[in-house]
Amino acid sequence: MYAIEALSISKRFGAVQANRDVTLQVAKGTIHGLVGENGAGKSTLMNMLYGFHAPDHGTIKVDGKEVSFKGPVEAIRKGLGMVHQHFMLVDTFTVIENIVLGFESDRRMAPTLASARDKLLKIEETYGLAVDLDALVADLPVGTLQRVEILKALYRGAETLILDEPTGVLTPQETAALFEVIKTLRGEGKTVLLITHKLGEIMGITDNVSVMRAGTITKTFKTSLTNENELAEEMVGRTIIREVNKELTEAHRRILRVDNLYAEDDTGKTRLNGVSFDVHGGEILGIAGVSGNGQSELLEIITGMRAPSGGSVIYTDLKVAKKNRAADAEKLRGNGMGHVAEDRHRFGMVGPMTAAENTILGYQGRESFYQGIFLDPGKVRAHCQSLMDDFDVRPPTPDLPLKNFSGGNQQKLVMAREMAQEPDLLIVGQPTRGVDIGAIAFIHSRLVEMRNKGRAILMVSSELEEIMTLSDRIIVLCDGRITGTGRPEDLTETDIGLMMAGRYEKEAS
Amino acid sequence: MSTRAPTDLPRLVDVGLIPALNLLTALVISGLVIWVLGEDPFEAMSLMVSGAFGYGEAISYTLYYTTNFIFTGLAVSFAYRCGLFNIGGEGQAVLGGIGILIAALLFKDLPGLLLIPLCIIFGAALGALWAAIPAWLLAKRGSHIVITTIMFNFIAAAFLSYLLVGPLRRAGAQSTESEDIVSAAQLMPLHDVFAFLGMAEGPANMAFVIALLLCLFYGVFMNRTKWGYELRVVGQNPAAARFGGISANRGIMIAMILSGAMAGLMGLNEVLGVQHRLVTNFTSGFGFVGIAVAFMGRHNPIGIILAALLFGALYQGGAEMAFEMPAITRDLVVMIQGLVILFAGALEHMYRPALNRIFANPKKIEAAR
Repeated sequence: MYAIEALSISKRFGAVQANRDVTLQVAKGTIHGLVGENGAGKSTLMNMLYGFHAPDHGTIKVDGKEVSFKGPVEAIRKGLGMVHQHFMLVDTFTVIENIVLGFESDRRMAPTLASARDKLLKIEETYGLAVDLDALVADLPVGTLQRVEILKALYRGAETLILDEPTGVLTPQETAALFEVIKTLRGEGKTVLLITHKLGEIMGITDNVSVMRAGTITKTFKTSLTNENELAEEMVGRTIIREVNKELTEAHRRILRVDNLYAEDDTGKTRLNGVSFDVHGGEILGIAGVSGNGQSELLEIITGMRAPSGGSVIYTDLKVAKKNRAADAEKLRGNGMGHVAEDRHRFGMVGPMTAAENTILGYQGRESFYQGIFLDPGKVRAHCQSLMDDFDVRPPTPDLPLKNFSGGNQQKLVMAREMAQEPDLLIVGQPTRGVDIGAIAFIHSRLVEMRNKGRAILMVSSELEEIMTLSDRIIVLCDGRITGTGRPEDLTETDIGLMMAGRYEKEAS
Repeated sequence: MSTRAPTDLPRLVDVGLIPALNLLTALVISGLVIWVLGEDPFEAMSLMVSGAFGYGEAISYTLYYTTNFIFTGLAVSFAYRCGLFNIGGEGQAVLGGIGILIAALLFKDLPGLLLIPLCIIFGAALGALWAAIPAWLLAKRGSHIVITTIMFNFIAAAFLSYLLVGPLRRAGAQSTESEDIVSAAQLMPLHDVFAFLGMAEGPANMAFVIALLLCLFYGVFMNRTKWGYELRVVGQNPAAARFGGISANRGIMIAMILSGAMAGLMGLNEVLGVQHRLVTNFTSGFGFVGIAVAFMGRHNPIGIILAALLFGALYQGGAEMAFEMPAITRDLVVMIQGLVILFAGALEHMYRPALNRIFANPKKIEAAR
């Protein structure tokens, strides 16, 4: 018995065949994974299942009966629930107000909320989804918001839940908690369709997994009968080398010193509590930690986007930032510090501008882009073209707005921009967040290549695997303090996990 | 999301077909109203077109209005590209006019070749100052630019009234107007400059040429200079500006100063070009129409010129139509202009979904995936 079936579905947008003869059958009471690179057509398929788009050909069945949804409301009525990658919640409403929004049982608010409260408390108990119903959404952390979304779907009677990249914004602990919830859902007979490109998650939790590539489902596996490598190859359609080739480098000179740094965030909360470390040429220093433990502030201070509230940053013997004085971001770049921002959409790029214009962001004063005092579009375009060729950015069209590129290609271009200047120090935040698997391997190899040339790299990542494979030294941040340091070969993932939670007693050598 | 709605239309459709369709819709609805009023809509439209372009003097009037709209349209665009909505063009134009008049009176003994540039500097400076204060308030205090600029319009209007009943009033005059400027300060009418083309007499003057040059300046500044680049980054993504070492506050100040200067120079057309003195209400709402011009022109220099020409033609042709047809009053002309603003400005995306289906561009969609 299948909870949802998509049978030979096709969907075309203009000249693009987004889905081609897709068949997906999700058995009732199972956790079904759907993996694929960015742009493989996963979201199109989900949008059709959820009634956002109608398929051009093919049929959709729910519980064995053919359906044709005119919109998400009809899909919800048939017992489908969707948790989007970006939450659809009203910040200024409480949790319960958000949940009943659009599905009020009474014209008056009081009875609606009262009956909803009873029902929700029951759901919370059944699925172990503890959420304070009267909390303001704006005050809740992302992990809890996701629970609210799940609660909302269940309140609306969802039998089948579609989760679109649910762990992208979660800490490891929150991810683990989410998976517990998903397992409980399955235990209660619900069906879960999990879209992700993290293969570890697929292996850990799903019963079956379907791989999507180039608009169609190429294969469906029983999870217990496959492995990560097989899935990865199926996703990209070729063999990927996931190893990195790190040469031995000699100890080089110190390039960056962070000395007893203190910082507050925009709300005045202390985020860094006396952090000190050095970065040398020829090494990758990895900073691990659950997001929100001071990493963002640390990167922002080093790169001149924020002023420390105490301590200093010394870059190549120059004191660039001290108490209440931020470094000059443009000058730092001029002196050979590259910066790949943690949040590329927010900081690293200007979506509506063309790819070419984006390749001079931060380097807009470089003489090589000018003809006299005038920016030379030809030179900028040529610069972009060479970056695109070098980093295999697709499509290689400098005049296209950057927002039209896929996440992986945006990140490659942003990386290319910073690496092209051959920086002495590269600051990288979340190098592979939201990037597809083919691009991850590429970005990793370019980072190691830079390190092998004797350059220094400071990398912040919430992907433990990335930290472990790339770093020469690891620093763990928890609550604004360094709670552990060590070399990856001396540390296990468990050690780092404990350090991340601030509960590791002895320091590894 | 890996699939997004295809929204990228071929450029020609975006800048050509969409405005044309919007304009056509506005005219069709205007035609219906005229028909209801018992006049022949086709005759009305032909009167409007011939009133705007049909004979030499009409063309000159059209160009005269167009000149004002280019100045105020540029003012709106300069600010908007930095993400700022400057609706104080009216007030900045008033201050600019005052600056121009003061320069023309102060330096009246200088030859025109020095006097006119001084007038330009004074006008631009006062207009810029009037925009710089709200910009500074935004940068330092976070005051909302829409609120402050609109308030500054009232202050400017009151200030102008004060000057024209007080210090700047023409000696012995009954009406609120200033002394006449000396002839050296007057901008040459286009019919004298282009006499060899046989251009008919009318109010259009060299301010039109200055306005065109400023469009060129605008285009070069925005696309070909570091300042323009930085200002656009601030407008599109202030956080990315911080990332790139660009000061958002500096961007805001530069954008508003240039914006105010553009609006201020509208006084060249009115004070030095046509009136040859300062009168109350000389801005007569041109500052606000600049908003429609800038948006209809999509903040593109050529687009602004074309949009300004359209509004210039509506002003001039509309006046002619109201004069010729008894059932059509001045108010109806304002309504037609309002419809154009409604369809070209506020509802500019109305036809977009339909056109998207027709002109889906495969290459761009491919890239989006």
